[in-house]
Amino acid sequence: MTREKSSASLSGAFYALLRRDLLLAFRRRTELLFPVIFLLVVVSLFPLGIGPGPQLLARIAPGVIWIAALLATVISLDGLFRSDFEDGTLEQFVISGHPLTLISLAKICAHWLVAGLPIVLLCPLLALWMNLPVESLGVLMLTLALGTPVLSLIGSIGVGLTISLKRGGQLLSLLVFPLYVPILIIATAAVMAASDGLPYTQFLGLLTAGLITSVTLAPFAAAAALKISLS
Amino acid sequence: MSHTPFIWAAYSIGTVVLLWCALAPLSRKKSAIRDIRRIIQTEERSNDSNP
Amino acid sequence: MTTETAIQNKPRKNALVMFIHKMGSPPWFYNFSGKLVPWLWAVFCSLAAWALYLGLFKAPADYLQGESFRIMYIHVPSAWMSMMIYTSMAIMGFIALVWRIRIVEVLAMSSAPVGAAFTFVALASGSLWGRPTWGTYWVWDARLTSELVLLFLYLGVIGLYNAIDEPRKAARAACLLAIVGAVNLPIIHYSVKWWNTLHQGSSISVTGGSNIDPSMLWPLLIMALAVKFYYGANLLTRARVRLLEQDKRKAWVRKVIGEDKS
Repeated sequence: MTREKSSASLSGAFYALLRRDLLLAFRRRTELLFPVIFLLVVVSLFPLGIGPGPQLLARIAPGVIWIAALLATVISLDGLFRSDFEDGTLEQFVISGHPLTLISLAKICAHWLVAGLPIVLLCPLLALWMNLPVESLGVLMLTLALGTPVLSLIGSIGVGLTISLKRGGQLLSLLVFPLYVPILIIATAAVMAASDGLPYTQFLGLLTAGLITSVTLAPFAAAAALKISLS
Repeated sequence: MSHTPFIWAAYSIGTVVLLWCALAPLSRKKSAIRDIRRIIQTEERSNDSNP
Repeated sequence: MTTETAIQNKPRKNALVMFIHKMGSPPWFYNFSGKLVPWLWAVFCSLAAWALYLGLFKAPADYLQGESFRIMYIHVPSAWMSMMIYTSMAIMGFIALVWRIRIVEVLAMSSAPVGAAFTFVALASGSLWGRPTWGTYWVWDARLTSELVLLFLYLGVIGLYNAIDEPRKAARAACLLAIVGAVNLPIIHYSVKWWNTLHQGSSISVTGGSNIDPSMLWPLLIMALAVKFYYGANLLTRARVRLLEQDKRKAWVRKVIGEDKS
């Protein structure tokens, strides 16, 4: 009885928090657009920087789009816990007795919906710009759909660690980018394999494994990091 | 091509970096001890002035 | 020593438990490690001198790589140390977070600069070895690339530690980062290795041939042992300085400094 009740209240708290975060995000719509515009600008700089040769662009497209996605994610990450940390809401959550792991998982989900999902939805346009073959577009979308949640999850640990710093954003990129290396390698390899007409399902399997592992581990690490920062 | 300059360069970089890494804490220790002595002195002085 | 007598008055436990207990007290640790450090330096210097004599003067030139294989005696031990120090830092970080032992926190954080120095040496000597072997200073070879990522991980830990003002909070945050990095490190290592085979990269072969001659192997093993003593000595020296800095206003520091003066 009591266990059922507590699990119901847990999931209730999760959805309440998720809804609140999404509402807050939609109230500041222009801020919400910044990472998306950033992504578009960064990708559009590459043809300008290296020339519009369609074959070269197609060759580097997966890497460029993925690196732009990493940069856009890190830019948006700083807002993950920032406002709630500064106005004391986070401390209130902790005092209210909700597990910090659940709170961070809810906030990570909200972050992905706000910052990660637009990247996935935008990638057809980016692929068009970068002259990526249509056959590999689906694979690119799949890798982004599987990979961007991992970016949010791993990033949340870095945000939790740097949240108490006034200028944590610059440090955050140093902490988080090395941890993104495997995802970048596997995701771009999948898209390149698809472009070359090679099998790519094993890469998607690896990405899924990464997603499952980080969903189970990262919220705990993020909660521990927040606990250190709040102390 | 002679390989000797590369060997020399590798070993000198290694020696310099590891030596610097070993000596850096010593200068920090010196300044820490200086700080601590200053703290002791100021406390002794304030103790002397108002016993 | 008041602290020592206080500990000795307690009922006697297992000798090892007693030792660990004592090591947890800063003054005891400071005095004990102070006695140990000169010996560690002495062992390091004699082992390193022996290894370098064997490796640089006694071992014959390799028939494939010529003289350039002698860079191995600094490159390979540093690369091994860079991995080992990261692992030990993460283990100490775990202990520090779970049991909240301050000495272990200080030790974990003192490991980071030493590990970063070894990583840098491994990178520099690796690229200097690459010039005669590959004809260029930098190739995105699996070993060099993962060393580079490792250097970034070290810099992240050091940067986070230095960015937070309060030393204990900084140490705990950086310890957590070290643990997260250590969980990721094998994944990074294997993904980089695999990425390298995917793009047909080249790699320096350490042994040159299939069989390494004992006259070439022994200096390597002795050098690998010697740098462990370097790590120990450097780690303890750094930890002692950190303790002095953090405990500036405590009575035991005053006593230690007073004894130094006389």
